[in-house]
Amino acid sequence: MILSSIDPVLLLASLMVASTPILLAALGELVVERAGVLNLGVEGMMITGAICGFAMAVNTGSPLVGFIAAAAGGAVLALLFALLTQFALANQVASGLALTLFGLGLSSLLGQGYVGIKPPPTARLDLPILSDLPLVGRVLFSHDLIVYFALALVALVWALLKYTRAGLILRAVGENHEAAHALGYKVVRIRILAILFGGACAGLGGAYLSLVRVPQWTEGMTSGAGWIALALVVFASWKAGRVLLGAWLFGGVSVLQLNLQAAGLAIPVEYLSMSPYLITILVLVIMSADKSRAPASLGRIFHASQ
Amino acid sequence: MKLTHLLTSAALALGLASAGVAQDKTKVGFIYVGPIGDGGWTYEHDKGRLAVEAHFGDAVETVYQESVPEGADAERAITQMALQGADLIFTTSFGFMEPTLAVAEKFPDVKFEHATGYKTLPNVSTYSARFYEGRAVQGHIAGKMTKSNIVGYIASYPIPEVIRGINSAYIHAKKVNPDVEFKIIWAYTWFDPAKEADAATALIEQGADVILQHTDSTAPQAAAEKAGNVVTFGQASDMSEYAPFPRVSSIIDNWAPYYIARTQAVMDGTWESTQTWDGIGPGMVGIGEISDAVPAEVKEEALALKAAMADGIYHPFSGPLNKQDGSVWLAEGAVADDGTLLGMDFYVEGLTGEIPN
Repeated sequence: MILSSIDPVLLLASLMVASTPILLAALGELVVERAGVLNLGVEGMMITGAICGFAMAVNTGSPLVGFIAAAAGGAVLALLFALLTQFALANQVASGLALTLFGLGLSSLLGQGYVGIKPPPTARLDLPILSDLPLVGRVLFSHDLIVYFALALVALVWALLKYTRAGLILRAVGENHEAAHALGYKVVRIRILAILFGGACAGLGGAYLSLVRVPQWTEGMTSGAGWIALALVVFASWKAGRVLLGAWLFGGVSVLQLNLQAAGLAIPVEYLSMSPYLITILVLVIMSADKSRAPASLGRIFHASQ
Repeated sequence: MKLTHLLTSAALALGLASAGVAQDKTKVGFIYVGPIGDGGWTYEHDKGRLAVEAHFGDAVETVYQESVPEGADAERAITQMALQGADLIFTTSFGFMEPTLAVAEKFPDVKFEHATGYKTLPNVSTYSARFYEGRAVQGHIAGKMTKSNIVGYIASYPIPEVIRGINSAYIHAKKVNPDVEFKIIWAYTWFDPAKEADAATALIEQGADVILQHTDSTAPQAAAEKAGNVVTFGQASDMSEYAPFPRVSSIIDNWAPYYIARTQAVMDGTWESTQTWDGIGPGMVGIGEISDAVPAEVKEEALALKAAMADGIYHPFSGPLNKQDGSVWLAEGAVADDGTLLGMDFYVEGLTGEIPN
């Protein structure tokens, strides 16, 4: 009956697309926060990445160059944050908020000439046999490369933080920067690298919006995605796997509620509209009952003299 | 000591001088709900602002604030603009109604103009356009163009203006295509390109091959273009960058003449609280060029419909019309009165689903 008009295969495929921007941005922020830095400028870095990627993709005709430029753009903006908070020892919350405002303004300036232009299409993966598989083919094997890149990045970040020496050092810096410093680790250098990584990821997430999900450039087009990514990191208890789960839940329920509305389901629209936020928060809060907590040095200023 | 004294008096003199200059100029403020680069609703309001500047030159100074959220923050933004010395403030979204009234009570000497609302004060006017006339034209074309007989509609908030648009489009689509069905998504936002694109994609995946939108960005146009064989209409602005296909026509809001007239009224001291609601006839609602993707005879019919509404011969809400529950709304030959239209909170017969509260 009603639900028969929803094609589950297309729905799952849309889920992957809808969750990729916040997944990338949240993953970057996760690494930043694990290093003990709170960067509230995700929204600003995302939108800067969105326009940098869009502009470069349009000018070169290559979406790949666009994505690289987006990562670079996000990282450059993050560098500003790094200079402010790691060298000038500015307050991280204030600097992050300023970064968001600056990013929004800068992106509208950069984007002046790009309104109404169509970006070059990002190619979808087309594997001879796999992509033609009945169900799985469309859901798993017919996306653009960025979707797979984001998934690979989740695995990479998870493994890096959990099993490698580099991950241990990063976490040490985030948990207790004085102790890490006393052990001889370069706290500031490690944090700057983490901040740059976070900026690059946010930039990629933004470009995914402007190049694939929408695809066009509009001022202020992230409209809060960066803040959702930030909240996601907290609710996911700073764990990569849960960030992925949260992003899928949020993206999935967002797409699902739109589909349910279009199908004319008799659930009041108000409840459908709030469902992505409610369900994501609920599931992640229940999961975080295992005493996970924020990195101990999160948001604290470090200087070697102290 | 002497130096500071000198500097203080210089600063004072400068301050006085600039205050003097400021009084000669009429300051006109605009509060926007989205960014001026949205390519739709706010973009057209800003074109109106630029027209005011061009028309009056040095006699006016305009200020604006974009992306003001509807709700408590709007009151702060409007208050700030009033404190900056604006003589006339246009607040350009339905959700600014209560904040505008609240600020207007505190600043009786400042004139306020609220778009698409219905509450006035001695220093608050309302103005809106009869977008439903444009929707009638869109509905007609949509009914003729759809092959799947499913028309998708991206609605924003359940307010009378949006409901009027849905009803008007549906009535005129149904008239030319009895099998047509509307699928409606309430996005609960005026501006969120990603969500608008997702909504369009969801509708397209469920078989819609015509998308109407009542949200502000061009994202649904991009989604339709990506999908290929889907027809769209420009909303609030021409959105001609997506013509001739998928965008086959558009509703264009033309605020410039109204903004210029009201600014002039403030300058002349003749400003009064009014309620303006103009349509295609006076030119507040424009129909963007119907592209060649539409068959010639459909285009002709659409233009004839437009002309009939402009001349006042035809009203989009003419009886016989029933409400969704089957009860009679308008009898044969009756025409909806403005009061009912301004408070419209029901679907007409044939539409499915419920209007959210």
